[in-house]
Amino acid sequence: MMEGDESMSERRSCAVMTASCRSEAADPAVSRRGFIAGIATAGVFTGVVSLAPGVTLISVADAKPVEEAASAKQRWGILIDATKCDSGCSVCVDACRQEQGWEGHGRPTSDPQWIRKVNINDSSTGRKFSLPVMCQHCASPPCVDVCPTGASFKRADGIVLVDRHICIGCRFCMMACPYKARSFVHEETEDQRSHMPRGKGCVEACTLCVHRIDADRLPACVEQCGAKGSGAMLFGDLNNPGSDIAKRVAVYATTQIRTDLGVKPGIYYQGI
Amino acid sequence: MAMKSIVYRELEGKSPGFFAVVGVIGLFILAGLGAAFYMEYNGHYVTGMNQQIVWGMPHTFAVFLIVAASGALNIASIGSVFDVAVYKPLSRLSGLMALALLAGGLAVLVLDLGRPDRLIVAMTSYNFKSIFAWNVILYSGFFVIVAAYLWTMMSRDGKPYYKLAAFIAFLWRLTLTTGTGSIFGFLVSRQAYNSAIMAPEFIAMSFSFGLAFFLLVLVAMFKGAGRELGDVVVTRLQRLLAIFVAAVVYFVTVQHLTNMYSAGRIGVEQFILRDGGAYTFLFWVVQIALGSIVPLVLLLLPVLRGHRKSLILSSVLVLIGGIAQIFVIIVGGQAYPLVLFPGVEVSSSYFDGVVGSYAPSLPEIMLGLSGIAITLLLAVLACTVLRFLPATLSDAAVEADAH
Repeated sequence: MMEGDESMSERRSCAVMTASCRSEAADPAVSRRGFIAGIATAGVFTGVVSLAPGVTLISVADAKPVEEAASAKQRWGILIDATKCDSGCSVCVDACRQEQGWEGHGRPTSDPQWIRKVNINDSSTGRKFSLPVMCQHCASPPCVDVCPTGASFKRADGIVLVDRHICIGCRFCMMACPYKARSFVHEETEDQRSHMPRGKGCVEACTLCVHRIDADRLPACVEQCGAKGSGAMLFGDLNNPGSDIAKRVAVYATTQIRTDLGVKPGIYYQGI
Repeated sequence: MAMKSIVYRELEGKSPGFFAVVGVIGLFILAGLGAAFYMEYNGHYVTGMNQQIVWGMPHTFAVFLIVAASGALNIASIGSVFDVAVYKPLSRLSGLMALALLAGGLAVLVLDLGRPDRLIVAMTSYNFKSIFAWNVILYSGFFVIVAAYLWTMMSRDGKPYYKLAAFIAFLWRLTLTTGTGSIFGFLVSRQAYNSAIMAPEFIAMSFSFGLAFFLLVLVAMFKGAGRELGDVVVTRLQRLLAIFVAAVVYFVTVQHLTNMYSAGRIGVEQFILRDGGAYTFLFWVVQIALGSIVPLVLLLLPVLRGHRKSLILSSVLVLIGGIAQIFVIIVGGQAYPLVLFPGVEVSSSYFDGVVGSYAPSLPEIMLGLSGIAITLLLAVLACTVLRFLPATLSDAAVEADAH
């Protein structure tokens, strides 16, 4: 997407939402979205105080106002500290599944997985560690390059999404993704979340919880990792030098997965 | 030109044999449509495809037919662009087969989409950075250009534009196959594919598969219609097929040698060439031995020169080897796990580090075969209504036409 194309950004940010986006556009008098966003924002401000045992959860307060289009001023990212991540823990995965509603049908090879825990064993050194892998929200995403219809797109703030209205289900993006981060919906979906429409025959992936970010909330995986897990995930704006994530990546040695490909992921890892 | 030696005539289309052939083809098409509906209605979990093998049997057949389509046009190109007179009487059928093969391949590709009902979106919403979107334009253009090319061959009004159309069609078909090869060549994250050689390799494959398919249809139609196919044409095509098969072997060799030289890609090479089980078998036994070496021997042995049955067998083997080759490229390349963390062992609930499993399901195979059936039906019907086929390709007629 071109920077500065705000009407496009607006359309795109709506595209992953739900029919509620469209119904509000049709009836501006009913500002349900604004109402919900207001509640959510208030909740987070109180939530941050009560939830924040350390620096990890505070840095989200610089999200854009809900009526404003996404902008390249922000570059959302997550820093994952693999030294804190426990191989037996799947809090982030459970949180994502619960939040986005991608429960499977008991068929592991065809069920979707937006986020997974990868356990790593370096037999040359004996070191073992674990980390979550999800859509890496690349700055130069191969999935966006190959998508024939433009359904795969990158929002101005770096969040990579799928526009479910124009995805034709060709799966070329899945062939192109270096991270195996995308899933094809192989069968009927049930119990969809109102913020996350899913459909058989389309491709989907981690949205970085764009619906939460736009409401000044943390992605579900990060929130739950902080609340119930080991606090290994830090979310924030990499473009804001004052944010905790920007400070951490400026000081500590971090890396991204497959930096050799030059796709510049927004997900950073520490201790791998 | 001394005299008008080549006369073109429609297939009669009235014999019981004709209706039997059309009926069998029709059954395959119905089975394919039923299979597509079954897969779309239930969702793709009823197929052998999964989250790791996202392209399977339908894509193997679709890519095979699309590649063969551009190759089938080769006969016409040699006749009109390179002025080799012997090929000119075959040009109409060559153009027709190109269109029919592309239609068959695209039908399979579209019917396997997760949302085939959104085909109109693919036609109206373009991401111009996508090689797939380029291909949509290349395929559509191919239909228009080859149709125009056929018009210049078959209509008196079109004659003045014959050379121009031939030249544009030739360039377009090279571009089209470059586009098909680049679907794989541009995949930066897949070690099995990401190479510029995929484009010329696909062009060589198109020459070989397209000619083999063309040959089988030519022989079958001439046999069915009781028309004469002389030794001049047969020996020419026999030699040409040998050259094309050898060209594919050359590109395949370079592709694998290049990959083997790179330490980071040795894993996928070892998988395909040595440890890959079914994929290794398909590569060495079906693609290389049966699909390349045996046909080369059959096509080049002097004692088999002009031998019809040997040519038919060679063409069939080239096609089977070709399908195996595309299956190994598409499915084998996905079965080898993506390398996220080089040099370490990985495991996850999403099959990281594990060779992908894929067992083609019957509906997928039926959908794939229906692509071939669609191609054949279009070709047969077109030959009954328009004059695509020469009344004879006897040596005398071909020689007279060439002088």
